[in-house]
Amino acid sequence: MKSITKQKPFEEIKGQLDGLDRVFIVGCGTCTTMTKTGGRDEVLAMKEKLQEQGKIVTGWTVIPTACDEMTEVAIKENNGAIRNAGCMLVMSCALGVHKVSSYLDKPVIPGVDTLFIGLEDEPGNFHEVCAQCGQCVLGETAGICPITACHKGLVNGPCGGTNKGKCEVDKEKDCAWTLIYQRLNVQGRLDLMRKQQPPKNFQAAPRPRTIKIA
Amino acid sequence: MVTKFKEALNSGKFVVTSEIGPPKGTNIEGMLHHIDLLKDKVDAMNVTDHQSSVMRFPSIGGCLSVRERGGEPILQMTCRDRNRLALQAELLFAYTRGVRNVLCLTGDAVPVGDHKEAKGVFDLDSSQLLRAIRQLESGKDLGGNDLDGAVQFCAGAIVTPEADPIEPQLIKFEKKMEAGAEFFQTQAIYDLDNFAKFMKYARKFPVKILAGIVLLTSARMAKYMTDNVPGIFVPQGLIDELAAAPKGEALKKGIEIAGRMITALKKDSLCDGVHVMAIGKEEVVPDILAAAGL
Repeated sequence: MKSITKQKPFEEIKGQLDGLDRVFIVGCGTCTTMTKTGGRDEVLAMKEKLQEQGKIVTGWTVIPTACDEMTEVAIKENNGAIRNAGCMLVMSCALGVHKVSSYLDKPVIPGVDTLFIGLEDEPGNFHEVCAQCGQCVLGETAGICPITACHKGLVNGPCGGTNKGKCEVDKEKDCAWTLIYQRLNVQGRLDLMRKQQPPKNFQAAPRPRTIKIA
Repeated sequence: MVTKFKEALNSGKFVVTSEIGPPKGTNIEGMLHHIDLLKDKVDAMNVTDHQSSVMRFPSIGGCLSVRERGGEPILQMTCRDRNRLALQAELLFAYTRGVRNVLCLTGDAVPVGDHKEAKGVFDLDSSQLLRAIRQLESGKDLGGNDLDGAVQFCAGAIVTPEADPIEPQLIKFEKKMEAGAEFFQTQAIYDLDNFAKFMKYARKFPVKILAGIVLLTSARMAKYMTDNVPGIFVPQGLIDELAAAPKGEALKKGIEIAGRMITALKKDSLCDGVHVMAIGKEEVVPDILAAAGL
């Protein structure tokens, strides 16, 4: 799984740190390292920028995977510097922000916006592949998710906004249903596209979603 | 009860529908004027539903005005702004107020409109909305619950004969038909040979097809549409014809082209009628009909 993020505008981070002058910075060695939004280099650049603003950076760390138990260990290891800080600036995806928050009473400020779960098709190019809808249809759509890849999340075929294989919201974006059509055609399974799909169950797992795996 | 529009569709006559665009604001004078201008000249009037995702006076409100003034409305309903509860509720309301024709559309995407940060709903899509109508007619809602009083509608949908590629569009067309569409109004068509090919295919099915006629107002507008509007292809010959019109007479030429196309469609009984969209120039729809000898 790759959580795709982008750095928040520095002005927004500055605003959230208003009145919080002693900062401990957390990065993540997995997803935000890969997207270059919260790995070691970005954490160090953030440290410098905050110092230029007159902030005191009491310490920093890059947790190998900020969303697992390593976070607790990292927080213990940095106990002194964290105690010295008035807040945490977390440059991992929202999962890491949650994890850090769960161990501390201090304010935890996210340094990035979590955009989607995606894959890297070529270096630096990420695209969303799963909306985690709880009702996977990939078996009927030739492995292309219409919930995610179609702007409108349509399950019964293309809308009238499809144009020469592209989407009405972006001429660069492929029309998901044109792709699905082409692949199903190659597989000789166009009957799947003719199937009347019922309205989606948007409460397949009511929010907030939880599950207990035995 | 069969609606007046459905009666016209079944009568075998060449059916004409047109379009009313509700205003952005509460000044409905212009809309009422257009309704009065067209109500006796067309078989029914579509009232658009936040066309191009631009927030406006609602389609159902426009339909009530059409009814009040003695016209026959077709309620355009998109799935962009309402979830299944709101869509069903509006259908119940429309039925009680005598609005009995519905055109089911998925709806343009939110970012093409004027509230670009809004949430696009798309809880249902156009074919699911058609099925919802048939379900409400059976006396049950989409949750399977009994209704105290059912509905009955003449329901239709749209199709884009110039879509590229066309095959996925035709699969959707057939799905809409299976879901309950009785009539189709097409996206604008300009290439009659292409349209004839589409009709050869569509004639296999027991549905009525009204060809979409969008008034061309200038060579620039025609070129813009062909380059930018999904599913619209204006042949170069028509663009040249508009460009060659004397200064200030492009609109007149556009009316002539529209009239000529309608005449040709009718003469060859290529389809069951036309849906005339003058997009902001409703004033000249009677001229287009006159040019077509209707």
